[in-house]
Amino acid sequence: MTPPMNSAASVSVQGLLHDYGERHVLRGLHFTVPEGEIFGLLGPNGGGKTTLFRILATLLRPTGGRALIMGHDVTREPGEVRRRIGVVFQSPALDRVLTVRENLHVHGRLYGLSGRGLRGAAEEMMRRVRLLDRADDRVGTLSGGLMRRAEIAKGLLYRPRLLLMDEPSSGLDPGARQDLWGLLRDLRGHDGTTVLLTTHLMEEAERCDRLAILSDGVLVAAGTPRQLKAEIGGDVIVISAAAPEEIRQGIETRFGGPVQVVDGSVRLERPSGHELIPRLVETFADRIDSVTLGRPTLLDVFIHKTGHRFFGDETPARSSGRGVT
Amino acid sequence: MRRSLPAIGALLWREVVRFLRERNRVAGALLQPIMFWALFGAGLGPSFRPPVPGGAVPYQEYFFPGVVVMILLFTAIFSTVSVIEDRREGFLQSVLVAPIPRSAVVLGKVLGGTALAMGQGLVLLCLAPFAHIPLSPSMLAVSCAVLVPLAFALTALSFCIAWRMESTQGFHAIMTVFLMPLWLLSGAPFPALGVPVWLLAIITANPVTYGLAAFRRALYPAGAPAVAALPSFGVSMAVTVLFGAVSFGAALALARRTGGRAAA
Repeated sequence: MTPPMNSAASVSVQGLLHDYGERHVLRGLHFTVPEGEIFGLLGPNGGGKTTLFRILATLLRPTGGRALIMGHDVTREPGEVRRRIGVVFQSPALDRVLTVRENLHVHGRLYGLSGRGLRGAAEEMMRRVRLLDRADDRVGTLSGGLMRRAEIAKGLLYRPRLLLMDEPSSGLDPGARQDLWGLLRDLRGHDGTTVLLTTHLMEEAERCDRLAILSDGVLVAAGTPRQLKAEIGGDVIVISAAAPEEIRQGIETRFGGPVQVVDGSVRLERPSGHELIPRLVETFADRIDSVTLGRPTLLDVFIHKTGHRFFGDETPARSSGRGVT
Repeated sequence: MRRSLPAIGALLWREVVRFLRERNRVAGALLQPIMFWALFGAGLGPSFRPPVPGGAVPYQEYFFPGVVVMILLFTAIFSTVSVIEDRREGFLQSVLVAPIPRSAVVLGKVLGGTALAMGQGLVLLCLAPFAHIPLSPSMLAVSCAVLVPLAFALTALSFCIAWRMESTQGFHAIMTVFLMPLWLLSGAPFPALGVPVWLLAIITANPVTYGLAAFRRALYPAGAPAVAALPSFGVSMAVTVLFGAVSFGAALALARRTGGRAAA
């Protein structure tokens, strides 16, 4: 499972700061991504992910600090950076009036591809994202999921050394997500492509070689998913009950330790959960609907590190008022 | 610059394809000026008595070159409005992260708009005989030499406005109060003869006046009474080329300074 560790850093972020007026969106980030790694930035919407993404994609100048892509500063040498990155935006950056194939052809030319090489690359990418049968349809007529696939094909067209992806699987159905991850692993394995992606989905973060958790503009944790989960140690017990708050107080007074209510369920971390469960069931027997015992998940890591609950599922938290897009 | 040519070509091609696929746009941009020409020609013709030395020209004939310039302006506007759509739909972002200079991004758009404006303008120009202006191949060639820099200048100017806009509604407001008067006060609908001094000052300062003057001179033999009162061909061409250069410079400066507003 360990990625081929190459000493060359593909992405190096040093003390990166960004403010929107009075609002500090990035507050001093440090991290590096070695070549050939699939690196995930996990965090809630509004946590600064998209701002960081836009800085790395040379679309936004940071307020302070540096970001290097293969040794080139994103602010001082945007041209060098742009030659090396492929960018997949969250909302597809395609011309809706043109067909899928025409979009790929236009973009290929922006990246210096031409003639047979361009046509071949376009066909190959459409095949890989399974869009060949829609190649001559206008992008505006595609469903959201198909449009994302076209966007991904566009980002990969010129075989970039580094692929930046903003929430790549939002809007994809489970099958298409599976395909996307197959494609990403394939790229990393065969072409040595480095992938940096942002996500707010735990299951997606779980598949990254390494990830960093970004919350309120700071990195609260970084490591492989396995390392992060090992930091919690022990087990996680989740109790569903009609009156979770009552159960939470009851556990705290009787058994002590931190207990949280997350998403309507009572949740606690204990070194040996299996010993506690019979006593919990005895104590609250009629008030408990079910008890589950599990190994820590990335959601547990997030709660553990930030002290607050993560966020919902697919729906972007635009209405939360802290959305940074 | 040579390395950017395929990119400029691809962006230009895209503008043309988009335009041709939106038939309503093509029809609207062509029909409106023709309608203006027919209606104003019929309506104003009987009362149009310009103090032209050596005799008046019929209004339909007088108005015709102005209508051609109107179509250039309208097409320039419609083609650059797409900058706003490109930003909203995200297409612009992916162009901005591509390894091409901003000048290629701006040139692709502006040359695309110029090509469309010229295409429409030429369709209309072929109607010149209906305005009692006989067309010869050499007149057509000189007209093109005049209209290309004028179309380029108008598209670049329109680009400058569209680049800063967040909504097409805002653009339409600016178009009404700024771009339309450029045309109205260029000698297109009425000549700069016998007008109040303040109006004459505006018309003289308006660069479009010179583009139109050069175009009128291209349509008539030297010394024809219809063009006697206009600035000379040389001055008119020089101002038009300068207008194009300044507008393009401004468009480029804008595109370089702001990589585009943060796409919402």
